[in-house]
Amino acid sequence: MAEPGQQAAASDGVFPDAGGHFGVFGGKFVSETLMPALEELEAAWRKHLADPDFAARLDSDLSHFVGRPSPLYFAENLSDRAGGARIVLKREDLNHTGAHKINNTVGQALLAKAMGKQRVIAETGAGQHGVATATVAARLGQDCVVYMGSEDVRRQAVNVYRMKLLGAEVVSVDAGSRTLKDALNEAMRDWVTNVDDTFYVLGTVAGPHPYPAMVRDFNAVVGREARVQMVEEYGRLPSALVACVGGGSNAMGLFHPFIDDDEVAMYGVEAAGRGLAGHEHAASLCAGRVGVLHGSRTYLLDDDAGQIRDTHSISAGLDYPGVGPEHAWLKDSGRARYVGITDEEAMTAFHELTRREGIMPALESAHAIAYGMKLAAEMSADDIVLVNLSGRGDKDINTVAELEGIEF
Amino acid sequence: MNRIDARFRELKDKGRPALVPYITAGYPHPDATVAVLNAAVEAGADLLELGMPFSDVMADGPVIQEACARALEQGTHLDEVLAMVAEFRRGDAHTPVVLMGYINPIERRGLERFVGEAAEAGVDGLLIVDCPAEEAGDMRSALAAKDLHQIFLVAPTTTEARLERTAELAGGFVYYVSIKGVTGAATLDTDSLAPAVERIRSRMDLPVAVGFGIRSPEQAAATARAADAVVIGSALVSRLGECGSTEDAVAVTHQYLAPIREAMDNSAPSPDKQPTLTA
Repeated sequence: MAEPGQQAAASDGVFPDAGGHFGVFGGKFVSETLMPALEELEAAWRKHLADPDFAARLDSDLSHFVGRPSPLYFAENLSDRAGGARIVLKREDLNHTGAHKINNTVGQALLAKAMGKQRVIAETGAGQHGVATATVAARLGQDCVVYMGSEDVRRQAVNVYRMKLLGAEVVSVDAGSRTLKDALNEAMRDWVTNVDDTFYVLGTVAGPHPYPAMVRDFNAVVGREARVQMVEEYGRLPSALVACVGGGSNAMGLFHPFIDDDEVAMYGVEAAGRGLAGHEHAASLCAGRVGVLHGSRTYLLDDDAGQIRDTHSISAGLDYPGVGPEHAWLKDSGRARYVGITDEEAMTAFHELTRREGIMPALESAHAIAYGMKLAAEMSADDIVLVNLSGRGDKDINTVAELEGIEF
Repeated sequence: MNRIDARFRELKDKGRPALVPYITAGYPHPDATVAVLNAAVEAGADLLELGMPFSDVMADGPVIQEACARALEQGTHLDEVLAMVAEFRRGDAHTPVVLMGYINPIERRGLERFVGEAAEAGVDGLLIVDCPAEEAGDMRSALAAKDLHQIFLVAPTTTEARLERTAELAGGFVYYVSIKGVTGAATLDTDSLAPAVERIRSRMDLPVAVGFGIRSPEQAAATARAADAVVIGSALVSRLGECGSTEDAVAVTHQYLAPIREAMDNSAPSPDKQPTLTA
């Protein structure tokens, strides 16, 4: 396995620039009180990633605590159903805590410890990042507070209880749309207030620099592994990568080590909710425009007055009006393409994968499965579509049951 | 001359510390805003800060967040804010108005267009909370073209290097965020103020305003002894939230600000002891 610091050079090494910009995107659009905290974080991140002991500790945790490497799995039945290319799944759902999120929280929590910060805070949408943060905090003996929109607290009750079992305090956020964006606002407020002893474990590749680059680098283990595994097991690179995009961390982690492989197409799948025509979706790259939200310049969903819109997705983890700035750059540069999958399509894919392969995907990942099947159908049997199965569906059982009118 | 510069020059001559109330435009009701601004001036305000409501006020506490949410529900966007300033300006040609808010609504409208309209309405400066010096290049040239100032925040945690960068871009005055935290979060420690204000003064020739955590006349008076201006925000906004009518809002503004003004005037050093300002 490559060392965590090495993937920064896997691409052209230019992005982000010293100010955290990916072309016109990214940057540090935060209040003055946060600027020194971001500078301190960036310095610590760079210092510790260059430290062989830190890298060894991270690699050891990824192997023995997270359970890496996660396997590739040839979804033969799903491929037959789609017709066309072979569909291969990167099984991030098999990680400890059930999603890719732990790759990042293990890294950030180790960084917090190295920086001497005893308190960690996080925002969460679906609860996966909150659980992943509470998990590592429990292990490292850190105090943990997780901010979660009250709507998401309702949708993801099991994860809320899981976090509490792990010793975290879950703060229900009742402002705005009561979802991920509001949880992020609240976590930022906490950080501004308690910056001396608190480390903010941001869960996605959004937010101010250095988070987009740092979270990408911690998640890039997914793409690095997948690249090696593809060559070892299939003797080639995939024809296309497919991953769901809310903030975009699992997609960025998969994409980044392949950016220089021009023959590998990249598809980010956004939540088209009830359709891209109206506003009941969360597809900022497909249907948004450039603005500034949560500390970076990126694509976002706002109204004509520049107020951030409420979004909709069946999946709490994709229900976010912005997206990581590097995705914005990948879109504008044409290197990656971004598409939408509706709630209904995602639900169909959820059932397809569950019934045909015995793998229950998270509703977020079901968006990627749905598009992966569409894409495979357009390709030939010689092609391989590598889909990031970013999380497992246990947390979504209640949502699925509710949609189908089933009461326990 | 920009009204902010003119006002601080005038205050310096008088040896009078500036009282700078902040209110969120459109809160508690859009009809009340101009009346509240006028009441603030009558009660002794020297500059006015008017908040532009935004949906995601990351650097503000619950009071301003709630004020913004209610103002937005009542349709207070940039058009309405600019109209309020224009209306205020028709009755008051001299009191400087600084608009405070977040960058996305401004960029959505178009930076240059907005700055042009703001200048026309009678705005004198912009304080964009999520636009630190590092990201302020475009903003600065747009503002300079219309003789508006960009007001910057300085925090206790601001490093020397960043203080210098801010000094290069800042105009009008500098807003010292006296506590770590969001607006309205904690209570100011006035003892630590003097050295912090001196640190800023050693780096730039601008008046220093202090805000965040100032609630009482005593705190305002203590702040006025160390700084050039005292900003009163969340404490006023939360009182306005309890007002059912414009008359109530006007009365509350006066009742709250007048004792603060009085305390500041009684505590201010005589003009010859006033710290040197070259604004």
